[in-house]
Amino acid sequence: MWKQPSPANSSFNEFNTFPLPQTQRGQSSHAHHGPVGHTQQPLVTGTSVLGLKYEGGVMIAADNLASYGSLARFRDIQRLHPLGKHTLLGVAGDMSDFQWLKKELDALLREEDALALTDSHPSLSPKNIYELLSNLFYARRSKMNPVWNAVLVGGWDKVKQESFLAYVDLLGTTYTAPTLATGFGAHLAQPLLREAYEAKAGIDGNGPLLTKEEAEKVLEDCMKVLFYRDARSLNKYQIATITSEGVSISDSKSADTYWKFAEGLRGYGAQTQ
Amino acid sequence: MVCHIPFFFRNSYDSDNTTFSPQGKLFQVEYALEAVKQGSAAIGLRSKNHAVLLTLKRSTGELATYQKKLIRIDDHVGVAIAGLTSDARVLSNFMRQQAMRSRMTFGRAIPVGRIVQSIADRAQTNTQEYGRRPYGVGFLVIGQDETGPHLYEFSPSGTAFEYYAHSIGARSQSAKTYLEKNFESFEDAPLAELINHGLSALHDTLQQDKSLSLHNTSIAIIGPPDAEIENLAQSAAAKRGNFRVWENEGVEELLKAWRRSRGEPEDGPQEEQPAAQPSAEQAQSAEGSENAPAGAPAGGEDVTMEEQ
Repeated sequence: MWKQPSPANSSFNEFNTFPLPQTQRGQSSHAHHGPVGHTQQPLVTGTSVLGLKYEGGVMIAADNLASYGSLARFRDIQRLHPLGKHTLLGVAGDMSDFQWLKKELDALLREEDALALTDSHPSLSPKNIYELLSNLFYARRSKMNPVWNAVLVGGWDKVKQESFLAYVDLLGTTYTAPTLATGFGAHLAQPLLREAYEAKAGIDGNGPLLTKEEAEKVLEDCMKVLFYRDARSLNKYQIATITSEGVSISDSKSADTYWKFAEGLRGYGAQTQ
Repeated sequence: MVCHIPFFFRNSYDSDNTTFSPQGKLFQVEYALEAVKQGSAAIGLRSKNHAVLLTLKRSTGELATYQKKLIRIDDHVGVAIAGLTSDARVLSNFMRQQAMRSRMTFGRAIPVGRIVQSIADRAQTNTQEYGRRPYGVGFLVIGQDETGPHLYEFSPSGTAFEYYAHSIGARSQSAKTYLEKNFESFEDAPLAELINHGLSALHDTLQQDKSLSLHNTSIAIIGPPDAEIENLAQSAAAKRGNFRVWENEGVEELLKAWRRSRGEPEDGPQEEQPAAQPSAEQAQSAEGSENAPAGAPAGGEDVTMEEQ
């Protein structure tokens, strides 16, 4: 989904972030500061993030892999990040941009907490954080310097007493739905999530929501499907739940998989017959 | 040798706002606080549901309108000013920017305490950096946020304190005395009662021969509307419980309700127009009879006031 790292001398850019930055000799501002570097492509990437609203909250799932191209380079990376008591980000895409994002948002929330010491005002709601993120992502893509991520924001709105789930990506695209997925998940898992959600809630979402157990089951099924079919995924993932009680992130777990059928497959890899 | 100091150098520590006097004072800051006292009075009160501001407007002369003293910052914040109007404009513009910034980046109305702190921080800078002067204006700020209604005082010394009730500006001590006597009932007071208390406090700041009228009184409210005393058809802000200002004809009903609550005639002491007419007639008739005594016009005005 996030493509291969392309060679350093490549002049063709598959994400179409044209023009490429060029070092210009003899320009005084550049001479002092060096050329401005913009992210041209993601390097170390995380794949799908899944989100699902259920009875009393919202769940977000992501695996623990950070790939370097097609290499499963880092296999113990948490891609779920809590912000305050009632918000959680699930992040796909460039992992160094994710680390930067964490740093910035944590600093902002720390500042908010410090201010709250004097006026006791409630901290930023999930909606507020999402608004900030969508502004940030759109501003950065408009500077031709995108924050190379796709993010699911899950949270609990304390004022409305309802769950919150929304998507924002490197282009500043935003949308919200009771079930969401980034990357390959949008193709492979989203139909499964919708099917399970609509089976109880109906197309208009007026019926009952999935229970906690049902939601967890659906997410585990989806993570398994993604592991089978997404070559950049890992069978080691975490699920976060955000309710009125707050955020909780599970330990890493894996789905039971079945590979017996693989013996009968022909046409992939080295085969003797 | 005795050094002769010219009399107009009253104080060698007052020309530089960043230097302490040996008594530990920053004279420029103290003078700025004096500028606030020169401005006409502003009063603020708060209940558990509402915050209100009441101001006494001044006109600079017969041909001038009364100067507005209430400024809307955002739907949920507004200020009353006392002191230099131009300094108030600078600070209120800054507050408006802060309010918009919060709405744009977070989709959140800025918490009231934080917007007040932001101007207090600016004012503090002016007391510590060489070559600057303190603001010559004080604010009473009302607003509502997720923690309910608030009333703050901002002063040029760089402080921002929260109050149940407060007053600033000329003769504001009289209002403060009234507020201190009555503030314990404010918390549970309905809007109409809160405004009446405010008007009574404002009334106490008046000189002996003046009275509150629809020309010199303006009232700002934040919190749920009260259709009994507010003309909701005239104000969408009122319907939504946002910051709204009642002045001129709009404040008439509020003034009447206040006078009724004090057992006074609803239309109040008839000074301005009705008073002007008879005295003008008197003067004319006096001119006609050509025996007007020198002191008659002034005396006449006083008498008509006393009568009504």
